[in-house]
Amino acid sequence: SSYEHKLNFKKSKEACLSYIQDAMLQKQWKRAAEFLTFYVESLEKDYSREHVGPSEMIWRIGTEILCHHSHSSVKEFNCFMEQMKTLGVKRYLKASILNAVCLEHVFHLLCNGQIDEAYQNLSLAESWRFGEQTAIQNKEMKLIQAYRGLLDYYSWSKQKNILLEHGLDGFADLSVEQEMHSCFRKAAVNLKEIIKIPGVWDLFVKCYVDLLEFYGDHNEARQVLNEYAYNSKFPANPNAHVYLYQFLKRQGESKKSLISALKILHDIVPSHELMIDFNTMLRKSKKRKRRRLGLEVIFAVLDYAGWKENVKAWSCLARQVKQVVISEKHLGWIKKEWSSRKDWWPAFHFSRYLAKRNWQENESLSYEKALVAGILLGKDCKYFKYVSHQGCKAQVKRFRMLKKFVNRHNPVYLRISG
Amino acid sequence: RDFNERCAQCSEVNWGLTDGGRYYCRSCHNVTERTREVVNTDFMTNSRVQTISKHSRKQEKTGGGCEWYVCEGFQLVLKKQAEALEALGVCPQMKDEILCNFWRCYLQKSKQAYCNRPAGETVKALSVCESSTDVDSEPDRPSILHLLSLSESEGDLQTDCSFASSMSKVSENTSVYSGSVDGSLYLMKNQKEKLRMTMPMTLSFCYMALLWLREPMTLSELLRFVVEGHIPYLNVFRLFPEKMKLCGLDLKIFCVESWPVYEEVHNKMVELAAFLDLPRFPDITDNCFLHPDMLCIKYLMEANLPDELHNWTCRVVKKIGIGEVDFLTLVPGNKSTRKVKYDILAAAVIIVVLKLLFLLDDNYEWLLSDLAEERNKNNKEGGQYFEFKKWYEVVKHSLDVEQKKLDEERAKYVWRCEKPLFYSVKNKSKVLKRRQMVVNLQNQFGKLSGPVQRAEKPNPSSFQLSWSEENTDCFHGHSLKGILQEKRGLLTAMNPDYWLCTVKLCNERLCGHLAHYREVDFPQSYHFVLRLFSFLLRIQPSYIHDEVCMIEHKLFNKKLYKKLKYNTVLRK
Repeated sequence: SSYEHKLNFKKSKEACLSYIQDAMLQKQWKRAAEFLTFYVESLEKDYSREHVGPSEMIWRIGTEILCHHSHSSVKEFNCFMEQMKTLGVKRYLKASILNAVCLEHVFHLLCNGQIDEAYQNLSLAESWRFGEQTAIQNKEMKLIQAYRGLLDYYSWSKQKNILLEHGLDGFADLSVEQEMHSCFRKAAVNLKEIIKIPGVWDLFVKCYVDLLEFYGDHNEARQVLNEYAYNSKFPANPNAHVYLYQFLKRQGESKKSLISALKILHDIVPSHELMIDFNTMLRKSKKRKRRRLGLEVIFAVLDYAGWKENVKAWSCLARQVKQVVISEKHLGWIKKEWSSRKDWWPAFHFSRYLAKRNWQENESLSYEKALVAGILLGKDCKYFKYVSHQGCKAQVKRFRMLKKFVNRHNPVYLRISG
Repeated sequence: RDFNERCAQCSEVNWGLTDGGRYYCRSCHNVTERTREVVNTDFMTNSRVQTISKHSRKQEKTGGGCEWYVCEGFQLVLKKQAEALEALGVCPQMKDEILCNFWRCYLQKSKQAYCNRPAGETVKALSVCESSTDVDSEPDRPSILHLLSLSESEGDLQTDCSFASSMSKVSENTSVYSGSVDGSLYLMKNQKEKLRMTMPMTLSFCYMALLWLREPMTLSELLRFVVEGHIPYLNVFRLFPEKMKLCGLDLKIFCVESWPVYEEVHNKMVELAAFLDLPRFPDITDNCFLHPDMLCIKYLMEANLPDELHNWTCRVVKKIGIGEVDFLTLVPGNKSTRKVKYDILAAAVIIVVLKLLFLLDDNYEWLLSDLAEERNKNNKEGGQYFEFKKWYEVVKHSLDVEQKKLDEERAKYVWRCEKPLFYSVKNKSKVLKRRQMVVNLQNQFGKLSGPVQRAEKPNPSSFQLSWSEENTDCFHGHSLKGILQEKRGLLTAMNPDYWLCTVKLCNERLCGHLAHYREVDFPQSYHFVLRLFSFLLRIQPSYIHDEVCMIEHKLFNKKLYKKLKYNTVLRK
């Protein structure tokens, strides 16, 4: 506090640190840099007993400032990082922190397109060994290896494209092919390691699976994707299921397995774009349960504002609703889905304002929606009335058909809404 | 050197000369009564210092360092501090006479039993370049770690403890490192008996000399000058000559990493004066700078308060007798009297006067202020009446600005200097590399700091707040008429009430304070004035509060004898 007139080194640096943090929060980078110059002499004291030492502080703060300050450059950043690494090698930074420093540096280099430098840095970091802790146990080290694997994948990919473009004509390409295989091996080894650890590794998984598929190891690929999607130790990740589904599709797997993959995705992310495919798959099924699920899925999709104006989604719903109405079976399904939505969907989707707008902007959209509205809310609802009237006035054939259809099936509405 | 008798204690013939010109045995430090005519009385130069240890000086193999004793180091520090004070305007007599006499006296008093080693043992401390494993060292020699733990200032230099702990693994019999000859010995000494010299004590010496000469510098000013860098204290080793190598345990002795604390310096000064058997100090009379009447003028000006208040401070001072020569003058060794802290006393007097005139209960002072404001509005001619509210706003604004600056200065305080410190030759390269890195980082981020350059250290100034007489913001000339009335030919305050800070004083010796200050227990206005003087004097508000309590108790002595209820308001 300001009434404290005593001062020692430690308190002084603590105060300095809080000024730095305030400045950073307010994005005053010059001020943060200014106070950092006064903080750095902390390095001359040994804080080995502290949890977070000044080296780490300086690295984190310095990185932030250099990233945001308008006058800093990649060169300055690199120079700073080199200094931090020197600090680390002198054992004042824990091994994991040092690796983290390296990784940040690498990201920065990658963002600036300095791929080769990034690769070199990664290789260098991998070669560091620290007395007590072997590099392998270190999670950050695994990341370093993984990113190197990623860059190897990138090289592999480039070479693969070269080969595919020019075709395997002539021995000149043999070296390219050999290099490609060598990149594959390096990449595979490293990528495989990281995805064993619970985490979100979308990029690594994708690349690894790509490699495996190319070389025909589908079993391994399937195993990897299953692990990634279903192992409870891994954090819930919608993408895992997407990748699995896409793989299964590529492999021509049975509908059953495709559906079970997408079902989980529906549970996690009901508004996912794959839900359209899912619904399409389901409503064509012979099995009742699946058709039922399809209805559930498509209703859930349209709960989300992002789908409001999506013709395809409305078309799916419209088709399925039509299907149910015509068969006159399973009206209970619609009733059930509608019961939790009837209080808010009308205002959300079927207001008069929306009717006007949809008609003006997108006739198909208004058509599909009108069909749904007509069934769910009856022929006298605002939306249906307006759109069908406009449609008939404009003498568009399908609107006349629509009007007839809805009028004919109006009793359905009564049963649903009751 | 021409003295060939055997030592009475250890039978060796190994003599040196103390500063007092007496022979002492270098083996057992037994001081004799035999003196040698000393021609050269120049106490402070190195040549004088050499008389003590010239005999054992030998050129080192590396670095050209010399052997030096800890007390020589302190002597040098004091010399530099005295020079700095002279540059600030203190009379040269301080440096040339007073301070060195005090120091000589101290050396005599403390050297008589500088160490209590059995006869025959020699000082065995290694200098910088000797090897660390010495098989012949005594088995019961303490390890470095033990020595380090003996030092009472645990806040300083924890840095090197970790290094020391790794060193002690080398060998339990390892002799200790220090650049000075007796660094390790110094720390081993039983501190309580001999008033072992420390860095804060150098300031006690300085203050004692200033007090003796009645120089116009209070202790709070002295310490402020130290913090502002005008007087060597932090990194004072920078001023040591090249050949006086500082390393190892010397760091524990000479390097500080905290600001000097008022109470500590003051208490040590008092202890020191007693230790040196000094007589009664020169009288503090009413034309001395340190006399409350004089100091009050300064503080009233600095606090931007009306000059008229000075009459009141003088009245209070007179009434309770704190302007008396015997009260103010320091008599060392007299444990019964409470030692006077002149700056705090003067500040407290002003606060009491403000309470007398304005009550400061967060209510009355504003009422008075409104009245004054009315009067000032209606009456443009004639002097301005003092409006508490306006004063408060003006001073608070300046205080907040200065406090904010001070807070930033605390965060930006530079503790290390370009001359690196290393524990031993072994970690020298590490330390130098570190320093290089620090410098690199400072340069790199310094460039990113923008055009704002670090201000040069401020010119030493006696006044921290100043108010220009031409400004409307200056209250010096304002009149107190609005709050005074005449009663029986005497001017008294219109305010009839007063509230005591505390009804009962604590026993200072037991709990360290006369009263216990908590901001929430007192009116905001009171807290504000405490805060103002706390800033000016750079001490905790609670210390000023203590003095206020003390003054109030003297002032209302009689009334307090009639048992009053807690926090009752008194009628004057």
